[in-house]
Amino acid sequence: MTDMPDFASTSLASTLADPAPLRRADGVWRSAWRRFRRDRVGMLSLAIVLAYVLLIACTGSGLVARHWQEEVGVHYAPPAFLGAASPEASGTAVSAAAAASANVDISDVDPLAPRYKEWDERAAQYHALARPIAATLPFGGDRLGRDVLAKALKGTQISVSVGVLAAIVATLIGASLGALAGFLGGRVGDLVEWVYNVLTAVPEILLFFAFAAVLGRGISTLVLIMGLTGWTGQYRQVRAEFIKHSRREYVRAAEAIGASAGARMFRHILPNVSHVILVRMSLMVVGFIKAEVILSYLGLGVATDQVSWGTMLAESQSELILGHWWQLAAATIAMAVFVTAFSLMADAWRDALDPK
Amino acid sequence: MFAYLLRRLWQMIPTLLGVVLLIFFLFRKFGVDPAQTLASLNATPREIAEIRQQLGLNEPWWYQLALFVKGIVTFDWGRSWATHETIAHLMATRLPATLTVTLPILILDTLIAIPIALGVAYVRGSLTDRAIMVGTTVALSVSFLVYVIVGQYVFGFRLGWFPVQGWSDSTWTNLVVYAPLPVLLAVMVGLSPQTRLYRTFFLDELGHDYVRTARAKGLTEPAVLFRHVLRNALIPILTNVGLALPGVLIGSFLIEVYFSIPGIGREVLLAVNRSDYPVIQAVTLYVAMLTMLANLLVDLSYRAVDPRVVLR
Repeated sequence: MTDMPDFASTSLASTLADPAPLRRADGVWRSAWRRFRRDRVGMLSLAIVLAYVLLIACTGSGLVARHWQEEVGVHYAPPAFLGAASPEASGTAVSAAAAASANVDISDVDPLAPRYKEWDERAAQYHALARPIAATLPFGGDRLGRDVLAKALKGTQISVSVGVLAAIVATLIGASLGALAGFLGGRVGDLVEWVYNVLTAVPEILLFFAFAAVLGRGISTLVLIMGLTGWTGQYRQVRAEFIKHSRREYVRAAEAIGASAGARMFRHILPNVSHVILVRMSLMVVGFIKAEVILSYLGLGVATDQVSWGTMLAESQSELILGHWWQLAAATIAMAVFVTAFSLMADAWRDALDPK
Repeated sequence: MFAYLLRRLWQMIPTLLGVVLLIFFLFRKFGVDPAQTLASLNATPREIAEIRQQLGLNEPWWYQLALFVKGIVTFDWGRSWATHETIAHLMATRLPATLTVTLPILILDTLIAIPIALGVAYVRGSLTDRAIMVGTTVALSVSFLVYVIVGQYVFGFRLGWFPVQGWSDSTWTNLVVYAPLPVLLAVMVGLSPQTRLYRTFFLDELGHDYVRTARAKGLTEPAVLFRHVLRNALIPILTNVGLALPGVLIGSFLIEVYFSIPGIGREVLLAVNRSDYPVIQAVTLYVAMLTMLANLLVDLSYRAVDPRVVLR
């Protein structure tokens, strides 16, 4: 561990602004980045994740897929590359047949005939917004004729944000409790350890259900509950790291020069364990994204007026039996690519940050 | 041994107490008023007040907590608010369905993952190893829900190998006719993470000196792998299986809901949707107790697997 430069001393050195041509050893992050850059799989997955981040920024700011709720196509509109569905398959056939049979002239026996003109004039005063309904959509439509591609883009934003936000909440709780318990130990440590034991005694999903039963539904509740129930893994790891580091010489040296407990915890130890926290957090993101899918299917996650990978997959169950596979494919591909890239990136980060 | 058991059981008390407190205050603080839930839709305020009186909701919180603890200690969990079924009866009737599905899943998953992981660890770094690792990464990135949707469609609907869903009163019929499809799908999903995990256990063991010694004294490779490596890796494997045991008792929520299997998991979800608090509380507590017992059981089994382990 001696090869790992400690942040306190490097920052001290930089404040002294030593002009000597002495080449300073690279910091943890810089050397990790150097190692990471050599990992081709890691770089590729980083590029994919960044592309997703860009996409999420676009949908989040309303540039893309803002109108995902509009019913722009026929029911279950097939993807453009498959061509339009046969008329029997969609409801359009009925109206076409009705229009064809209505061209018999019956005006001489129709008692309402003299008034049609008047009605037409009156009707013309109102402007009905006639929107063309597409027979095919780029990647198909759902039951209501909404564009699956737009839904997938918007769903990506919701699903990834839920996973990331929940991981942030869980990390804040887990890391601060882990730091407290690991650094202070004693009574505080015992108390936090007790809370940990209590929460891990109940399987996570059951704990989630208990919270969901009383706190209700919705995206923010989902994030809150996942954060409140999912911090235990992060806590365990951070606590172990803090126990290990609090006995290290650099921390005792900091104590000797009068650094307060808070300063030692957050200015000295925290930067040295932050890579552990980061890697664990990225693993949590993947776990929470997967959990969101299952919970949304079970009716405890994202509400039905929103869209996420979970709600899309939940809808696709009945669609698949009818042969409409595109919504299932869109959500699955969007999720699989992101989760694979994110997991590989997390693995690469772990290898780069912890070369042992 | 006896002293060890006694001490471990004694140590469970604070944790269990914590779970009781958590459940009690969570539902009392944030939950809806039980009297409102229990009363009929057009109940008069007087009727609601009477129900409050009956449930002891007008008593101070410590008295209610004492009532709650008394119910737990005497195993008198009360009745479901939705169906008025006693909770003990509810659990006893739902558990068999859950076990019919979860036990085969756990057994098959473990028995299939161990040889694959051992094989993959043995040829570490080879093309097979890397291909399987990439395969499991991709398999892991697809949601469980997708496996279930597609699996039911392909194997049940298209190919007709299994009934799409269903359940009967006969355990044997369930096991042979209705359980295989959910079990197959869950095993497919569980195999990837299990294989990856067990592979790391085996890799750990393969790096030890005793493996080199065993080879040096001329043991055949199967003997090295199965008599030495496998037996030494049993401890982490057992830990992992032990951690999965409580899950066996509540079942897979997704599987039970999707295939309409009348098990504990589906019952809990129904209870969550109906705000049927007694059911959720009872199942949570009961699973917490069983989790702790399962952990104890795992620790005891270490002794059976590895005579060097001393229980203190």
